[in-house]
Amino acid sequence: MVSFTPTEDQQLLIDTINRFATTDIRKLAHEHDEKSEPDLDAIRKGWQIGLIPSAIPESMGGFGEMSAVTGVLAAEELAFGELSTAFHVMTPALFAYPLVLFGTEDQQGQYLEMFLDEDVAPATSALLEPGIGFDPYDLKTIATNDGDTITLNGVKAFVPLAESAEVMLVYAKDSESGDVCAYIVEKSAEGVTIEKREMLLGIRALPSYRVKFENVTVSSDAVVAIDYNVILNRMRLGLAAMAIGVARASYEYALEYAKGREQFGRAIAQNQSIAFMLAENRIDIDGARLMVWEAAWKIDSGEDATREAVLAKQFADKMVLQVTDGGVQTLGGYGFIREYPAERWLRNGRGFPTFDGLTIV
Amino acid sequence: MPIEFEIPEHILQQQQMVKYIADSTMRPFSRELDENEHARPKEFIEALWPILSAQQQASLAKIEKQIEASANGDDPQQKKSGKVSNYYLGMMHMVEMLSWGDTGIYLCLPSAALGGSAIEAVGTPEQKLRLLKRFSEGEPVWGAMAMTEPNAGSDTSAIQTTAYFDDDANEWILNGEKIFCTSGGLALDESDGLVIVWATIDRNAGRAGMKPFVVEAGTPGVKVVKEEIKHGIRASNTVAISFNDARIPADNILGSRDVQSKGGRGFKGAMATFDASRPLVAASAIGIARASVEFVKEKLAEEGIDIPYGTPYHKLTAVQRDVMEMEADLKAAYLLTMRSISLLDQKISNPLEASMAKVKAGKATTRITQKAVEILGMMGYTREWLVEKWMRDGRINSIYEGTDQINTLIVARRILGYSRKELA
Repeated sequence: MVSFTPTEDQQLLIDTINRFATTDIRKLAHEHDEKSEPDLDAIRKGWQIGLIPSAIPESMGGFGEMSAVTGVLAAEELAFGELSTAFHVMTPALFAYPLVLFGTEDQQGQYLEMFLDEDVAPATSALLEPGIGFDPYDLKTIATNDGDTITLNGVKAFVPLAESAEVMLVYAKDSESGDVCAYIVEKSAEGVTIEKREMLLGIRALPSYRVKFENVTVSSDAVVAIDYNVILNRMRLGLAAMAIGVARASYEYALEYAKGREQFGRAIAQNQSIAFMLAENRIDIDGARLMVWEAAWKIDSGEDATREAVLAKQFADKMVLQVTDGGVQTLGGYGFIREYPAERWLRNGRGFPTFDGLTIV
Repeated sequence: MPIEFEIPEHILQQQQMVKYIADSTMRPFSRELDENEHARPKEFIEALWPILSAQQQASLAKIEKQIEASANGDDPQQKKSGKVSNYYLGMMHMVEMLSWGDTGIYLCLPSAALGGSAIEAVGTPEQKLRLLKRFSEGEPVWGAMAMTEPNAGSDTSAIQTTAYFDDDANEWILNGEKIFCTSGGLALDESDGLVIVWATIDRNAGRAGMKPFVVEAGTPGVKVVKEEIKHGIRASNTVAISFNDARIPADNILGSRDVQSKGGRGFKGAMATFDASRPLVAASAIGIARASVEFVKEKLAEEGIDIPYGTPYHKLTAVQRDVMEMEADLKAAYLLTMRSISLLDQKISNPLEASMAKVKAGKATTRITQKAVEILGMMGYTREWLVEKWMRDGRINSIYEGTDQINTLIVARRILGYSRKELA
């Protein structure tokens, strides 16, 4: 069948997150962006919605199941509130979801419990690497197999919450096969150095770090036998869904502003130049959302969704820049003033093509 | 129902049958019919008429049953309600595949077409039987719709064609000129067809005075005065029709003959048919775009250029980026169209979604087909290949059934909650 309606449970979840997004997250978003500090109260509340536990199956101690469709619905709504907070709340999933999907029973038994706690689980993952021209299929972080142990060497960038994390999933290229594998690394392991905090154009309230791995030794039990394409597709869709959330935030704000702002004796929205920009942006927001839904549905059906996920991500990357830029333009001078959210959405929106590995569904 | 994108098996099977028709009766004649503009797609018409006339026959049989049932006091409509059908989803995929074959030829489909939709939408059961019977038997017959006039394009309320009622003769008298009427010549001169003509019964009443009239082939005073020469969809028959004291029976008006006060239903009826026709035009656009994308990928593959979806954006060549952008636009247009179609099947009001689909599909198809010519270089520009023709054919989708601008205006009004006055 073809249907565009979320299930009742999904709609309930969307409504819950929407309330949280429009009240708790939005309230102090500007302040925390200015201070480059996470809004820990809002984040704790967001965590307690229980998105990650409800993606962990009962057999592994959770109370739900992995659903990419539910994941993208939640991701859009979280990012509609504020992107830094959305990334923050979902960062532990970067560790948990690959384990749920591909971990051994031992790995699941050892690590998944912490995601059921009341506080944000201290876990993250490291994929992105510094420099221009990052290619997830050509990682510079290398894993060398020494028989019983594996040695990791390399530098990772934009690792969210690395400082507070106790454990991270590190993506590295096997020195022999060239395949990318994921490795569970305790932060306390020798050779792991949290270098500097990244200074970014946007998502300032999300602490992310450069992390160095120098001859870090892990046991062979630490290898997670991932299907890398599946992980990448789930990351692409998480990002695309959040891009839609950011775009929608900017679009809705611009629309209301344009209806209220009067110049030359009438609302500026009554000019086709403004009205058409809003209409075109709305069409592309909806188009992107349907592409993300279709790709997510394909993942849930167990099919390879690489083409759909990549196209959805590319479309969403362009869309979010176009829409958030239109948001700034609609507000005119106020669009440039930091007390208004439009410029923050533009700064956040610009980042999506480079946010590889920052979230997952 | 949850979020799902599973096209039902019977629709996919039907689509394969339509592809066979496209491969055998459309593509082989595409070039020839484009070069010989006013020739007719005989093979296509001969292949389709038996299928379409049988469908019409079946639908008329249903109407006959309904008439019988209501004479017995039953209301068969009621039994049907509540059931979600896939009728429009099937139509969408059929139209897409026919346009993938050739849009100009597809528009020559021997059927009641838009004329039939109007009769189905507002005609009485008796009118349906009387007027639609010709589409169910004998030789191929066409229906058409005539709305546009030289001075009334997007502003349909400005039409000048008049209809006066002659009480003595019990007939309507039509005067005026219609242009850009699709299949009008096929309907009036080349078959025993009919054209739905929009005319005003009261020029001072504006939209409320606009009414649809059924003009049948052979009516004195009705003349096809010109067959247009066009940029694309050349196989499609586009004509101007003049009406000089053309007399038609009293019962050939569709819907009420009263001039309603504000927002008369006649005009609203015309607008409501757009809710169904715009998504289907979008589907047609998507068919051309898909043909172009498929062809470009095929030709690039022959040169050893594939589309590596997993490769990071910055490592792609400009051509690979172009193709992926074409594919993404096509996908967005397809899904927006399917959403508006899904609402139609659920009988949920969809003017916003219909216009969104139409704008996106029109723009995407225009851009995709133009890009396809560019990517294929000199060969894209030659008339040896069909890509240049698809570029010309595709362009109509941003124009007919509401230009991109009119549909964007509709979207804008709806999202802003503005009336026609507030956002002109």
